[in-house]
This record gives sequence, C-alpha cells and structure tokens, in this order.
Amino acid sequence: MAKQLVALENVTYQYDDQTSPALKKISLEVFEGEWLAIVGHNGSGKSTLAKILNGLQFPQEGNVSVCGHSLSEETVWDIRKQIGMVFQNPDNQFVGTTVQDDVAFGLENAGVPQEAMKTRVKDALHKVKMDSFLDQEPHHLSGGQKQRVAIAGILALRPSIIILDEATSMLDPRGREEVIGTVKELKQQDRITVISITHDLEEAAKADRIIVMNQGQIHRQGSPEEIFQMDEELIGLGLDIPFPVKLGKMLRETGIPLTKQFLSEEELVAELWTSHYKI
Amino acid sequence: MDISLQNIEYRYQADTPFERLALSDVSLDIPSGSYIAIIGHTGSGKSTVLQHLNALLKPTKGTVLIGSREIRAGRKEKNLKAVREKVGIVFQFPEHQLFEETVEKDICFGPMNFGVSETEAKRRASVAIEQVGLTKDILEKSPFDLSGGQMRRVAIAGVLAMEPQVIVLDEPTAGLDPRGRKEIMDLFYQLHQDKNLSTVLVTHSMEDAAAYADEIIIMHQGSVFEKGTPSEIFSAPQALIDMGLDVPEVVRFQLKLEQAFGRKMGKVCLTAEELTDVVASFLKGGNPS
Amino acid sequence: MMEKVLFGRYVPADSLLHRMDPRSKLIIIFLYVCIVFLANNPWTYLILAAYTILMAGLSKIAPRFLIAGLKPVLWLVLFTLLLHLFFTKGGEPVVQLGSFAIYEEGIRQGIFISLRFLLLIVVTSLLTLTTTPIEITDGLESLLGPLKKVNFPVHELALMMSISLRFIPTLMQETDKIMKAQMARGVEYTSGPIKDRLKAIVPLLIPLFISSFKRAEELAIAMEARGYRGGVGRTKYRQLNWTFADTGMILLLAAVTLLLIVFRG
Repeated sequence: MAKQLVALENVTYQYDDQTSPALKKISLEVFEGEWLAIVGHNGSGKSTLAKILNGLQFPQEGNVSVCGHSLSEETVWDIRKQIGMVFQNPDNQFVGTTVQDDVAFGLENAGVPQEAMKTRVKDALHKVKMDSFLDQEPHHLSGGQKQRVAIAGILALRPSIIILDEATSMLDPRGREEVIGTVKELKQQDRITVISITHDLEEAAKADRIIVMNQGQIHRQGSPEEIFQMDEELIGLGLDIPFPVKLGKMLRETGIPLTKQFLSEEELVAELWTSHYKI
Repeated sequence: MDISLQNIEYRYQADTPFERLALSDVSLDIPSGSYIAIIGHTGSGKSTVLQHLNALLKPTKGTVLIGSREIRAGRKEKNLKAVREKVGIVFQFPEHQLFEETVEKDICFGPMNFGVSETEAKRRASVAIEQVGLTKDILEKSPFDLSGGQMRRVAIAGVLAMEPQVIVLDEPTAGLDPRGRKEIMDLFYQLHQDKNLSTVLVTHSMEDAAAYADEIIIMHQGSVFEKGTPSEIFSAPQALIDMGLDVPEVVRFQLKLEQAFGRKMGKVCLTAEELTDVVASFLKGGNPS
Repeated sequence: MMEKVLFGRYVPADSLLHRMDPRSKLIIIFLYVCIVFLANNPWTYLILAAYTILMAGLSKIAPRFLIAGLKPVLWLVLFTLLLHLFFTKGGEPVVQLGSFAIYEEGIRQGIFISLRFLLLIVVTSLLTLTTTPIEITDGLESLLGPLKKVNFPVHELALMMSISLRFIPTLMQETDKIMKAQMARGVEYTSGPIKDRLKAIVPLLIPLFISSFKRAEELAIAMEARGYRGGVGRTKYRQLNWTFADTGMILLLAAVTLLLIVFRG
C-alpha cells in the first residue's frame, strides 16, 4: 500500500457571501505517486477543494493533513513547500518578466543561493522542454507554454505533490496536450503525485483514480473504468464521457461484444482488430 | 448579407521593428444564411480574419466586401458603425465586456449605440435574455452578481439584441464545462436554423466544426490551407494530421481502425452514430464498400 | 494605436550599451540630465550632440527607428521653438512685422532649448531601447539599496515595478480586446464628437478595472502559493555585473563634463 500523503476528514467550507457551503463534510485521501483526478461541473466545489489543500483557504470544520503536517497557521508554509499549484489562468500566475525569472521566483522566496538557483531553473525548464525560451517574455508565449513554465516553477522547488487546478481549461487543444503530456512524463520519471482538478474527461481518463464532485460533496470515486460506467449519470452531472468509452458502448449496443471498457483509442482499435475482424 | 474577403493581407505594427505578417493573400466567402467554421491553431491568423469581418481591422492589402459596403486597403473609411450593426461579434470570454449596472442596461447598450429607441432596446433585451436560456428576472440584477456561465450568456444576449444579420463567434465555449459547452453550441445552431442567421464559428474544435458547419475553412500560417464541406475536408485526414492539425475524434478513430485493418471502410463518418453503423456492418461481414 | 510609439520600448541587440550594467547607465542618465544644462553656446552644444551621436552609434539601434521614435514628440519640440521665437526678446530684431518681432535672442534660445530637449529624449530613449525594464528595476533596487536602512520599502517598490512591467503588455492586449468588443457593439473611439468619445471611455475602463482587480487577486494567490512572504530571507536570481566598460563609460562622461565646463561661455 502506497504511503498516504494527504488526508481530509469531514472538511466543510463556506464562502462568506454564500448561503450554502461550497464543501460539505468531505473526506478523502491521496497516496504517494498516484494521479488523482477530481472532476465536477463548474461550481461543484472542486476548486475550493484545491485551495484548501495548500492552505489558501482554511476549512471552518474538519482536518486537513499534508505530508504529516496538520494544516494550521503555523504549518501552512511547510505545507506549501510540499504542494505546488498550477492555476487556471496562465497569465495571472506568471510573476517574472521572463521565463527564467518566473521559474526563479519560488526559489528566491525559499532563499536558495544564486548559484544553485541557476542550475535548478535550467533543470526544471529542461524537464518541461522550455529551456530554449529562457529570456522570452510571457506575452510572447502561448497558453500551453506559460503553463509549462508554471510547472517548471513548481518542479524547481521539488515538491511532493503538484495540483493542476483547471490548468488546461483555458488552453487550446495543442496547449492541453502539451501540459498533460508534460505531467504524464513527470509522473513516470519523478514519481511525483498529481492531483488534477478538471472538467475535461479526456484528462481525467489519464488518472489512476477519479473523484466525482457534485454540490460540494463526493458523488462517487473509483478507477476511470468504474467512473465511466456511470455513463448517462455523468452527463446528468454536467460532465461527459471520453470518446472511446462512448463508442465502445454504442458498438456493444449494436451487438458487438467487447471484453471490457476501453479508455484509449488504441486499446479499442486493438480489441476490434484482434477479436472481431475476420478476413 | 454576404461577406467576402478578396486577397487580403494584414500586417501588425506595419513599419516598425515589430512588424509581423499575420495574413497573406486570404480570400474567402461567407454567403448569406451559411454556417461557416474557421479553424486553425493559435497564430494561424483566424482571429485576424475575424476582425476583418466587421472592419475592426482594415486590410493592409486587398478588399473586404460586407454586404454592399466595400472596404479597401489604404483608404480612409468613415461610418463603420453601419457595418458593425449588421455583423455582431461574440468575442472569446465575452463576459469581460460587461460593464453596466444591470443586465438589462448592458444588453440595451449595443442596440442603443446603433440608434434603437430605449423602449425597442428593452423589448429586444427581454427577447434576447430568453434566447440565451435565462429568465427575465435576471434583467434587473447586476451582471457582476451572476455566475461565470450566466455572465457569458448575458454578454451573448447583448450581441443578439443588436439583431445582426451575421453573427461571428470566437471560441464561444472556452472555459465552459461539457454541459455549458453543448448548451451554447446548440443555442447558436438553433438561431442559425430558426432565423437563417449567417454564422461564422472561429474555433480550435474540429468536433464542433464537423458537427455544425456547412463549410469549413482551415487556416494555417496566415493563409487558407483548405476549404470545403466537412466530409470533403475530412476525407483525407492524414494530410491534416501531417500538417499538425487536429481532426475530429470520430475521424481519427476511423483512420486508426482503417490502418489496423489495412483497408478503407468506404465513407467518412462525422458522428459516433455513423461510425458505429459502419464498423458494425463492416465487422459483421457485410462490407459496405 | 500605441504600437507606433517607440519611446520606452526595448529592442534587443548585442551592443556595448546593451551589455552595460544598468546601474552605470542609470548613473550616466542622471548625470547627463544635469550636464545638459551646462551647455550654453554652439561649441558646448556641439560637444553634447557629438557625445549623444556616439552613444546612439554604440547602441547599434537603426537610426531610422530612433528617428521614428522621435516623431511623436516632435510637435512638443516645435512648440518650444515657436514659444521662444515669439516671446523671447533680446538682441537685434531679425523680423519686424508691425508690433510683432522675432529677435536674435529668440532664435538662439529657441534652437538651444529645442536641441536640449531633443538630446534628452534621445539619450533617455537609448536607455530604454538598450535596457530591459527589469534590468532598470534591478539597477534602481541596487542603487536605492542603502535606503533600506531608513526603512524605505526598496524591495516592495522594486517588486511592484517589475510586476507592473510584466503586466503592461497583458493590459495593453486586454485594452485592445475590450475596445474591439465595444466597437463591435457600436462604440466609436476614433471618430464622432468629443463628448461621445469621452463617454465611450466608461465601457472600456470598467471592464478593465474589474479584470485588473481579478488579475491582482489571482496573482496574489499564486504568489502566496509559491511561498512569497515578503522580502525578508529572499535571495536574488539576477546578479548585476559591473565591468571595466562601465567604469570607462562613466569616465568618458566625466571628460565630456570637463569639456563642457571649459568651453561654456
């Protein structure tokens, strides 16, 4: 069993100006090295959850613990060292005037000596394949590139967990692919724990585990295969199902038996080719 | 009302060290009553084309015809308002343009700028608010008290209330969740069908383009790469993929399947339903081709 | 609209001026602004002009860009010139039309003051053309460093400046976008009566304010999430590098100053 990194117990959070809580008695765990997707339509409470995880908001009720620290005013800076966050709007998290300055920002805050910073900035940018853009200014970068720089800024700090808070929702398809591809590689190479908060089901399909949020509560959790069996129910929750799952279901309905549910196009093609195609 | 771009060139910041060629020799037609999708990557020039459709930008070379109005490079143009009244643009993240105290005032802003009386503008506002799927009681609220999705709809209502003859949509569903996305796309398609409203959809989404448009124009590096009906465009998906462009997932899947099977399936499918039928009959032996 | 103005924009190139330490450039600008007032006869203006042309040459910026950059301020220079021509009295009248006259002194002053104005603009634009705004900020932060001792918020000021610089292009894009969106809704920004054009600013400014507040809020959250908690204990990524060239350039300016003192009347 993998080590538990994050635990939420009965967490409730309500914004001052709202009549009902954004999160109602949420309990969940995140394990080392996993990719957890938290999905839900806009307003389901999933972004509030992200802000609670690294102490940008404190819950009114319940406990949050991250890497052995219980969230409080005293521990919040230690927790933030362990969790890096990529936010939705690529522009509004780019602090530096150039790519390398932005990556260095977190390191400067942590008081890393200048010489060490140089190598860490370069290494981090190399990992997200942005090392040829050192002196580029943010307004000359695409959304996907800015988000990759944001990821580099986090990697440079060597956290245990990276949270993508709807980090791909403002990107074009190419940018989305760049970011997801980058995260996937990082997870494989560095065994970094990923929490992605999203309404993009293609993105969620890449996760090891999915939590579906609805009206501030956990509606369901399970593996992508399990979650996508919900089918119509997911659409009812304002979400969607990935294309291979949809097609697989339709094929089954026309009388083509499939051994299981397929999350990727390649798997479904392989299944159709090996078990059904007779020349 | 037809719009036609004839051999357009556009340079940003002409005659400075920052000069950049955005469009070169672009020609395209938007006939009255059509639904046209303009697709391409960021930087392909599609947003620049969009701004020519109601003379927000003037070409550095070539001619734009908007109805009977001719806008030619290098000529001073006056009274472009008349053009803009007929061509409404819903910009990306249109909720960023809201500014009035109430939703109603904001929706009335466009029509009244074009000389519509206050009573008429209010009548239009009450029609438009329902067209976008909101209720009339929202008219009295401040737009800034609404949710993001509602704000987007109010902004769209503000453009619809201008009662344009052509509506141009720039990524109208960006940032919305799957349900919101489908609702907005269906809303515009409904308007297009019911009122025969010419619609231009500028998007990254090949899915939306394939599902809604009569004709697709693919932009690539500042030029028109290809134009045609969705089935024409996607009949040779590999060429698009080689250019680094996307194709709808249905098309991509069919292509992968055909590559695995080593033979074509006959027709190009644009919806999951079509593909299911073709695959089913193909596998059950009755080869449709 | 704003895109034609060259003043205040950085043009990358590999030149001596580009490589200099921003601190030495700032010191030179400061001194230059002072010594411009030493010039008071043709010789001294010639020395200043020669120095300025030399600097422009060292910057490797194409002269046509410099000249294009001067265009927007030319009317101001012209205005200064005319002001002196018409109102400065002294010496012999050169042109006499009834009660109206242009005097020798007027011509002299007019030419000198406009020239002074032009030289200042050229030199300051050379600073911004060859130094990235962030280098200027770093330079200022370093030069103002001693003020920290009297609790002057040097770090906060520098951070504020660098963030503003970072967001200027973003806000320009945003302004352009909102302006176009409102133009599409029938607002006229470039024609029509002044009263209407003034009114047209409201639908531009309100959305701009709202989005800027939202940006500021999100940026603050992002900075906090990345561990920003003030200037204490922070290290600096950018290091300034004072070289022999910097000392040399300051000495050159000192020499020019001496010449000016010697040749002024």
